[in-house]
Amino acid sequence: MANDLVRPEQFFLNRFGMNDSALERILGSALERKADYADLYFEYRSAEGLGLEESMVNHTNKSVSHGVGIRVCAEDRTGYAYSDEVTFDRMRIAAEAARAIADSRTEAHAAVQVGGPMPQRQLYELESTPLEVPIEERAKLLREIDELARAYDPRVRNVMASFAAERKIVMIVNSEGRVAADMQPLCRLNVTVIAEDDKGRQVGSYGGGGRVEWRYFLENDRWKEYTRNAARQAIVNLDAVDAPAGEMVVVLGNGWPGILLHEAIGHGLEGDFNRKGVSAFSGRIGQSVASPLCTVIDDGTIPNRRGSLNVDDEGTPTSRTVLIEKGILRGYLQDRLNARLMKTAPTGNGRRESFAHVPMPRMTNTFMLPGESTPEDVIKSVKHGLYAVSFGGGQVDITNGKFVFSASEAYLIEDGKATRPVKGATLIGNGPDVLTRVSMVANDLALDSGIGTCGKDGQSVPVGVGLPTIRIDGITVGGTRA
Amino acid sequence: MAQVDAALAEWALGVARRHGATAAEVLCVSAESLAAGVRLGEVEKLKSSRERRLGIRVFVGQSSANASTAELERDGLEDFVAHTVGLARLTAADPSAGLPDAALHPSSFPNLDLADNDRGIVDADTALAIARKAEHAAISADPRIKNSEGAEFDSGRYYIMFANSQGFAGEYEGTSFSLSVAPIAQSDDGAMQNGHWYTANRHFAKLDDAEEVGAIAAKRALRRLGSRKIKTTRVPIVFDPDMAAGLLRSLAGAASGPSLYKGASFLLGKLGEQIASPIVTIYDDGTMVGAMGSKPFDGEGLATNRKSLVERGVLKTYLLDSYSARKLKLQPTGNAARSVGDSPTVSPTNLYLEPGSHSPQEIIATVKQGLYVTELIGFGVNGVTGDYSRGAGGLWIENGELTYPVQEVTIAGNLKEMFKSIEMIGNDLRWRSTVVSPTLKIAEMMIAGA
Repeated sequence: MANDLVRPEQFFLNRFGMNDSALERILGSALERKADYADLYFEYRSAEGLGLEESMVNHTNKSVSHGVGIRVCAEDRTGYAYSDEVTFDRMRIAAEAARAIADSRTEAHAAVQVGGPMPQRQLYELESTPLEVPIEERAKLLREIDELARAYDPRVRNVMASFAAERKIVMIVNSEGRVAADMQPLCRLNVTVIAEDDKGRQVGSYGGGGRVEWRYFLENDRWKEYTRNAARQAIVNLDAVDAPAGEMVVVLGNGWPGILLHEAIGHGLEGDFNRKGVSAFSGRIGQSVASPLCTVIDDGTIPNRRGSLNVDDEGTPTSRTVLIEKGILRGYLQDRLNARLMKTAPTGNGRRESFAHVPMPRMTNTFMLPGESTPEDVIKSVKHGLYAVSFGGGQVDITNGKFVFSASEAYLIEDGKATRPVKGATLIGNGPDVLTRVSMVANDLALDSGIGTCGKDGQSVPVGVGLPTIRIDGITVGGTRA
Repeated sequence: MAQVDAALAEWALGVARRHGATAAEVLCVSAESLAAGVRLGEVEKLKSSRERRLGIRVFVGQSSANASTAELERDGLEDFVAHTVGLARLTAADPSAGLPDAALHPSSFPNLDLADNDRGIVDADTALAIARKAEHAAISADPRIKNSEGAEFDSGRYYIMFANSQGFAGEYEGTSFSLSVAPIAQSDDGAMQNGHWYTANRHFAKLDDAEEVGAIAAKRALRRLGSRKIKTTRVPIVFDPDMAAGLLRSLAGAASGPSLYKGASFLLGKLGEQIASPIVTIYDDGTMVGAMGSKPFDGEGLATNRKSLVERGVLKTYLLDSYSARKLKLQPTGNAARSVGDSPTVSPTNLYLEPGSHSPQEIIATVKQGLYVTELIGFGVNGVTGDYSRGAGGLWIENGELTYPVQEVTIAGNLKEMFKSIEMIGNDLRWRSTVVSPTLKIAEMMIAGA
């Protein structure tokens, strides 16, 4: 497989016989009616996972999937057909299905000439992916995690650990004759700990990964950090008191709490919602939507990150997009279709879960630039509030702008000090408004450890978030204590 | 091109045995679908698909491995199966692992009417026409419906074939049809609210009328206009049927074997105990004719059945596959769910809360001040502790009447107390999904707002 790693575009030629002439004929068939654009997306994915429960590595699975998606765009209409049979005949049938959205009025299209592959960045050029590491070695690490977690505290009752790795080879060929190909490794190590005492049971979770090699988890004892964090969170929560209910000052810790930006801001700035005018941010470019302390970026070009890509799933190189600059709304995240209809440039945010899915604007790594306060000063500034350091999932209603995200580790702040742990609670706010209440931004920007998965319209894609410690002067905390 | 069928499954089981597997099972799925979407009256998308996959689980003694592939040519498949057997040898022997007890496999299957044989995949023109009609009904319902996220009609057909090395083999086909509409209402100040409604059925002719679906979606968007945040308070909460179904899903998750043997469930040790109000009875029934969650056998070849999960508030059973049943020293319940290439997991089949005698209006009329919840967002349900805190929207109830719309608040409590404090149950059970509930009234929960 070594050659596939070097030349992903060769892979589909070797394996499925997809030579230039076959690609040109399929694209020609897709464009037979009056269409603006067509593309072919080839994907070959292999994945392996293993899991530990009750101190045994008793789950292993592997999968191989492949397929091709054919898309035809005409004005704002999209025809899409896919098949997991990558054969010329099946692709011709799919092209006919996809072109059905275009007007039957025929127009002479210039024949497509497929060119050479585009040169591109190498954001995750690995010597080997974790799939090449002997499975015994991966299993051994899971057992060491189990031992370390159980040694952390006698109240640790159960440990679940899993390691998942995949390698995706993609090739996108479009009606402009452009070819982009990429080999995308991705992996993730996860630890979940259940702790129990006479008051009850609690859970803690932590993990990380990215487009990295196996040794990433061993460097700096990362696996130990993940394990201790999961165990600590479960143990801390055993003593958690009921969370408060109502609007209060909230300090978000750095790193993963950046999920706030993803839900409150990022989704509402995706091009599709804004082209259709259905986002609470529609038509607000140039307006103030945040405090001047806030600059928010989406950047798909950070090496080895979970949310990064050399090219997006339409073959556009990823980029760094300023969403909010010192409080002013600057930009949207675009795929090709929405960029064309909004008469702007694609930003490399056209992503899809797999060949079975139509691309749409999605985030990559979304974060806020650091400020000048220290995290200690931010906490010290709060007389009474909540300090939230870890979160589970979040969700947003794009149209009315209301978003939630749920704390899984949080503490009360009393007289400038983080004190008692509180039970998990959902925070709710209004996207176009929440960042106007940011009154302090610390100098400790951190990106998350590599665990994020974003869902939109039934499609899941890996993403990253990041945040420095920030103070929000008022957000509703959904606890049970009045 | 290789077909997924019983012959392929038998062959793969033979290959696994030849390479040293002591037991194996094969799951083949093939599916095709068409989705057609319109927006503001125009065609927006057409998506057609065709897929087939083979999944295999092999055992070498009590070590196992799972694998799935789309490469169904026998040459490649032979190597793939051999590699999977190798993977199993590297996996720890687990005393609870193995196929189900062979004596539990059914020898005949009920006819559950899972496929609409009059209707295959609906053609694009018909699908677009239905979607267009539904969206038009939504948009023309009121001048304040000013935009739309569109309407979509989906139809799908699938075939499932499952066989194992102890002689079980079964297959079935199913169809599904659905229509959804998402109009957007806008008030004079520019604030927007979406509404969403859908209909779904295994039989095309049993779908709700497209215009009715559109009209309901419009009504739901319109009644959210002018939503406001309310003060933090503790009041009775009425869950509409869809929101109440979410509570049932959380309960089923906590009652499922894998959560229990991991110690990750608030229902641990509660079998036979009062976990809900005595007026609550919840059934899981995988044998309902024509229902979305019905199937002739579960994900490891055991018969599905009808049972009460909760009877008059008492937890009567857990939901178990054979692995979690062995762990908990109980019998499997026919609730193994399976996706190609994974170990069995557990899920309810058709899960529903037995309807009561009150209309939703009668329930609302009993509330002096409270919230009628029609929207919930976020993932703030902790299955380990039962702690519950989610973003909510709905309508404020004042003196038994629905008044103004509410948004940007949370409702919070603990599922253990919430189920015990169900005070009234509606008579409005509707089957559109695999988990359904009538309207429920909960005595009191915390609302966090301004």
